[in-house]
Parts: sequence; C-alpha cells; structure tokens
Amino acid sequence: MIPAGFEYARAGSVDEAVSLLGRDEDAKLLAGGHSLIPLMRLRFTRPSLLVDIGRLEGLRYVRDDGDRIAVGALTRHAELVRDPLLARHCALIGEAAATIGDPQVRHRGTIGGSLAHGDPASDLATIVLTLDAELVVHGPGGDRTIPAAAFFAGMFETALAPQEVLTEIRVPKVPSGTYLKVERRGQDWATVGVAAARVDGRVQVGLTSMGATPLRARGVEKALAGGASAAEAAAHAAEGAMPPSDVVGSSEYRAHLAEVLVRRALEQL
Amino acid sequence: MTRIALTVNGSRVEENVEPRQLLVYFLRDRLGLKGTNVGCDTSSCGACTVLLDGESVKSCTVFAVQADGCEVTTVEGLAEGDELHPVQQAFHEQHALQCGYCTPGFVMATVSLLKEHPDPSEEEIRAGLEGNLCRCTGYHNIVRAVQAAARAGA
Repeated sequence: MIPAGFEYARAGSVDEAVSLLGRDEDAKLLAGGHSLIPLMRLRFTRPSLLVDIGRLEGLRYVRDDGDRIAVGALTRHAELVRDPLLARHCALIGEAAATIGDPQVRHRGTIGGSLAHGDPASDLATIVLTLDAELVVHGPGGDRTIPAAAFFAGMFETALAPQEVLTEIRVPKVPSGTYLKVERRGQDWATVGVAAARVDGRVQVGLTSMGATPLRARGVEKALAGGASAAEAAAHAAEGAMPPSDVVGSSEYRAHLAEVLVRRALEQL
Repeated sequence: MTRIALTVNGSRVEENVEPRQLLVYFLRDRLGLKGTNVGCDTSSCGACTVLLDGESVKSCTVFAVQADGCEVTTVEGLAEGDELHPVQQAFHEQHALQCGYCTPGFVMATVSLLKEHPDPSEEEIRAGLEGNLCRCTGYHNIVRAVQAAARAGA
C-alpha cells in the first residue's frame, strides 16, 4: 500500500533534527526506515512530518570507550555483524544482528531505529537490556543518558521525549554472551529470544517477545546467584512474564521455549 | 514535492517526487524501469530488490527521497550491451527460474551477496538469499546458479 502523505525534511545535524521535531507534534524520525515504513504502508501510523536522520554519518560508528563499547545509533545491522571491536568485546550483538530480517533489511536497518521503535520483538532491545547498556539521547536541553532498564516503557513506547534523538548506545565489554531465538520461518520475528551474558562477574539474562517490552529474567539471575544449575535456574525463565498468545504460538508455548532457550544459553556461557 | 537527483544505472536523473513515493514506484512508473517487480509489498519477498550504493535493498521499503544523491542499480543496469552480467548468464544457464517473476530480485540479491562473499558455501547462499522468495519453489537451481556465478568470478 502507499503511505499517507507527509512532509519530508532531511536533517543536516542532530541539533537540526531536534529543532525540526519541534515543528510538528506528529513528527517522526526516519533512520533506516525498516520499522517505520512498513507501518506507514499499512497506515498503522501516519506521521505528518518525517525528519530524515539517515544521512548523519557522524552517528555511524563503533568505538572503544575504555571499559565500554560505544555504538552510534545509525550503525546498520550489517555493520554490527562484521564489526571487529564488537566481535571481540561484545560478540552477542553481532550474532543477534545477523539474525535480524534478511540481508536487504540488515543493509538499511539501524540499531538506534530498532531500539527507538520499542518493539517487544526486537532482538537488540533485549540485548541492551540484558547488558545494562546506557542510551545517550540528545534533546533541546542537550544530552542525557538513560539506563536501558528505564528506556523500554511499553509496547512501542520508550522513554524518549518527543523532541529527543537517540544518538549512542554504550555497552559493557563482556567476556561471554549469547543470543538464541526461535523463529517460525526465515526472516520472521522471534517467537521467543533469549540473551545471556556475564556482566561484571554476574550472569544476566533477558527475554524477547515474552511481554509488552523486553524483559530481564530476574528469577533466573537470582537462582544462578544462589548456586543453581543451568537447568534449575531455567525453570524460573517465565517467572513474572506475560507472554502473548498469537498465531505464532500460545503463551504456554512461549513460556516453554523461554525455559529451553535459557537453559541452552546458560550452558553455552 | 521534493526535488531529488540520483544516478540510476549510470545515468543522472533529476525529478520532483512526492515524499511518500516509494523507490520501486519511482523506478517503475517515473523512469519506466519495469524490470524491478512489486511482489508482496510488505518487505518480505524481495522481488523489488535493487542495489542502493552497491548494497541490496528492498525498494518497496525505501522512499525515493532517501535515494537522493545515491547510486541505484536495477536489473536493467547489469548487462554490458548484449552481454549478460555473469549472474544473469548463470541464472540462464542453470535454469534458475520458472515463471521468472522473482528473478530480477534474486539476481540483484546475488550480485550483492557475491560482493560480500565472493566464494559462498551452499549454506551461505541459502542464508544470503533468505530475503527473496520463489513461489515456483525453484531454489535448487537458484543455488546452482549462484555457485556458477561465483566460479565465473561475478
């Protein structure tokens, strides 16, 4: 379908994007467009102004930042897959990015776009939550940093204010981590996804498609801290989660998948 | 309307477009390049795959305004005169098509795949063409064609 009409403005800088966003209360940012354009074509959303930040090359990088890796928000999935710094220090990001959509989607889609979209089926959202990443956003008052735990507010809702632009994602260097997901067919969204990583000596676990937002499997983490085995800890995978039932799988099936995937992920760490 | 200037198959193009015009319709309806097909219109099937600055993209999921200043290659831009591009030649020789509707998308996705992986394994070919669907279910010969094109140094 053809999207509804909109005004288009290409921002030459993050500040210009912030000021353009202030021009219209129904304005939306356009990065790679691979979450937004499909929704616009279905007319699930009809922004009146699109502020295109896709050409802000200054937001496309992966940098070593001491004990963290800083990833520019406009870094594309295909770049996450082949980035050597991430492969060395936070490999689960590239491994998960390699499973997003298909090559064409990975050539366009960006990490910042995926996170700012707030889709509970986003693989990268679960990973930044699991890693306790920090999200740097720029707004009219300058920069602020939002912990991942405070960023995902609800289904397709984030802590971003209307005039804020996500600019950078800071992830810790982790000695081991993994992301496992089950999808019904190629290029599908995760029926369930599980991220697990060792962060500052602790094992942290997150879940995709198990509720309205990405979730931490706190019950699993607590059990592990208490000395439980992978299988024992995995029994707590769906604790507190409210997995949806849909055409892909029932709530019970998702809870079962979460337990199996958590156990496998823990065995791999 | 927004003025855009881009290079399509090596030729410079300048047009006024509505911002909501998708790249695939710009190519087909404005430029008359009907080799790029619209299949699912939901970013799934890959029939509309073109190269944007050398990388495969689904042109039903890119606005024409986003291609401003970029280089676009469609299936019409591959052959050199009467000489088919090695990927086209390989699809022809290996009979990698039945109805042919998905073929331009597969050919463009293959060109991009071989640029990133010049010597892909069968598994890498199947994963690399995950974004393209053939409903005649002719994948075996498509894989053979990609292998043949890789051997030919495409």
